[in-house]
Amino acid sequence: MAQTSKDIDSKTGEIRADFAILDRVIHGKKLVYLDNAATSQKPKAVVDALVDYYNNYNANVHRGIHTMSEEATAAYEGVRETIKGFINAVDTCEVIYTRGTTEGINLVAQTWGRINILPGDEIVLSPMEHHSNLVPWQVLAAERDARLVFLKLDDQGRIDMEHASATINAKTKLLAISHMSNVLGTINPVKELAQMAHAHGAVVIADGAQSVPHMACDVQDLGVDFFVFSFHKMLGPTGVGVLWGKKQLLEAMPPYQYGGDMIASVQREKSRYNQLPWKFEAGTPNVADVIAAGKAIEYLQTLGMDWVRDHEVELTAYAMQKLGTLKGIEIYGPRDAKERGGVISFNIKGLHPHDLGQILNESGIAIRAGHHCCQPLMKDLGVMGTARASFYIYNTKAEVDVLAAALCEADKVLGNVALR
Amino acid sequence: MSLSDDLYRETILDHYHNPRNNGTIDDATAKIEGVNPLCGDELTLYLNVSEDGKIQDVKLQAHGCSINMASGSMMSEAVMGQSVERAKEIIETFKEMMLNKEQDVPLEDDLEDLEALRGVKKYPVRIKCALLPWNTLLDGLAEACAAKK
Ligand SMILES: Cc1ncc(COP(=O)(O)O)c(C=O)c1O
Repeated sequence: MAQTSKDIDSKTGEIRADFAILDRVIHGKKLVYLDNAATSQKPKAVVDALVDYYNNYNANVHRGIHTMSEEATAAYEGVRETIKGFINAVDTCEVIYTRGTTEGINLVAQTWGRINILPGDEIVLSPMEHHSNLVPWQVLAAERDARLVFLKLDDQGRIDMEHASATINAKTKLLAISHMSNVLGTINPVKELAQMAHAHGAVVIADGAQSVPHMACDVQDLGVDFFVFSFHKMLGPTGVGVLWGKKQLLEAMPPYQYGGDMIASVQREKSRYNQLPWKFEAGTPNVADVIAAGKAIEYLQTLGMDWVRDHEVELTAYAMQKLGTLKGIEIYGPRDAKERGGVISFNIKGLHPHDLGQILNESGIAIRAGHHCCQPLMKDLGVMGTARASFYIYNTKAEVDVLAAALCEADKVLGNVALR
Repeated sequence: MSLSDDLYRETILDHYHNPRNNGTIDDATAKIEGVNPLCGDELTLYLNVSEDGKIQDVKLQAHGCSINMASGSMMSEAVMGQSVERAKEIIETFKEMMLNKEQDVPLEDDLEDLEALRGVKKYPVRIKCALLPWNTLLDGLAEACAAKK
């Protein structure tokens, strides 16, 4: 349903009231938080859930027979059900808690990868992968004598699908691809790419670190085999994320780490491992943060992921238009806000992103500056780094205006280089 | 005076926009690359050190932020023509000025141009930007001295 910008603004006002941190003052200015692709802020419900757990039912899970352990276990396991619904998994046993996206990818590389990647195999990646979806595959490829092969981007940072259909072939064993780029904002056609990969018998892992927080994601519809994301980018706490995988693949994989919780029975010489998902969750898990992550999902579900997406498309379109009028600015990635997430990477001629970040901070504006853990992509773009503003549910057009005004100011502080 | 004015005072901006000793040396005694992993900034430093241990020439090719560029530019002026020993002392003094949390380390009169960078100390993330050229120079001097032997 089409929303007017007034609807969106009034809802955003209500949302902002749930985030105490947004009232912070930085260098005498009201905080404008535009670093959501790095990590999002947390609503009261999430913070309260942490406090409630520690104050009222802190206990270890899966082992106690006392009341608090039962309560903690029920809350902790209950979140798996919430996640299953949120990403449309088939079964809760496919939902594995991790430390975050990075750990999920390493888990797949070191368990599935070590068994399935053979000498001469090809692992296909996009050129926009975050280091966390690149370095584990570099290490695996070196170890297994396999090869990394890269897809190609067009001039708007979108995957060249014709090139992809030639590059994904009988040698491809794995396609590892981000669903949404944390630099370009590009939303990749994961579904089509997964179909190409599956036609050649390859397995597909998608990095949902930037997509899950910002748009409805349905793992069955995407047709991938593994899907990973982090809760800290979607209103939840740091240190917790999800690896979702197809049951039959997960069952065939060896455990990742060994110890308590992941065993069914232990003898002196050997052990039998626990069933899914606990086979992959050795040791006392991050109980409090998982429980709070459940509240983060509920918060997003109450808003509705379609609303979240609409809000960000509107904000992104507005920002691209507004920033686009600044002299000497280059904005990377797709030009159409409908093809991208709310991540805007840019450079202003003559202004180093690091300097920009510092000067914007003086106006209370938090952006990211640097290579965003995507050094190969920076090289492709021919830059050392970019400045990046990224939006979430609580950001407003007024904040975009503050950003645009501060960018003009930054140019003055640095001697009007962009205007020369 | 706002924080930004402080950080981006005239001298820094002058060196940023017109970096001194910018370029390469064909037959350098040492050529060293420095990287700031935080932001990916890179610089290449070229050194010519004479038989008797004098820095005859120093050139920098840098792509970095204002602090990084200005710091490298000022450094090149400070060590040009100095003995390796004296250059090492200057590096030490500069690093002390940036890193000493207890007190303000004074600069000798002949180094007073570097005073402009003192303000960077207040911005912990930017100290790395300011130090990159100096740490690279330290590596370069070690390489140049090893090459001579
Ligand atoms: C696209 C993408 N992949 C992976 C990651 C890594 O996530 P984490 O640091 O939470 O493991 C990030 C976030 O930094 C990201 O943006």
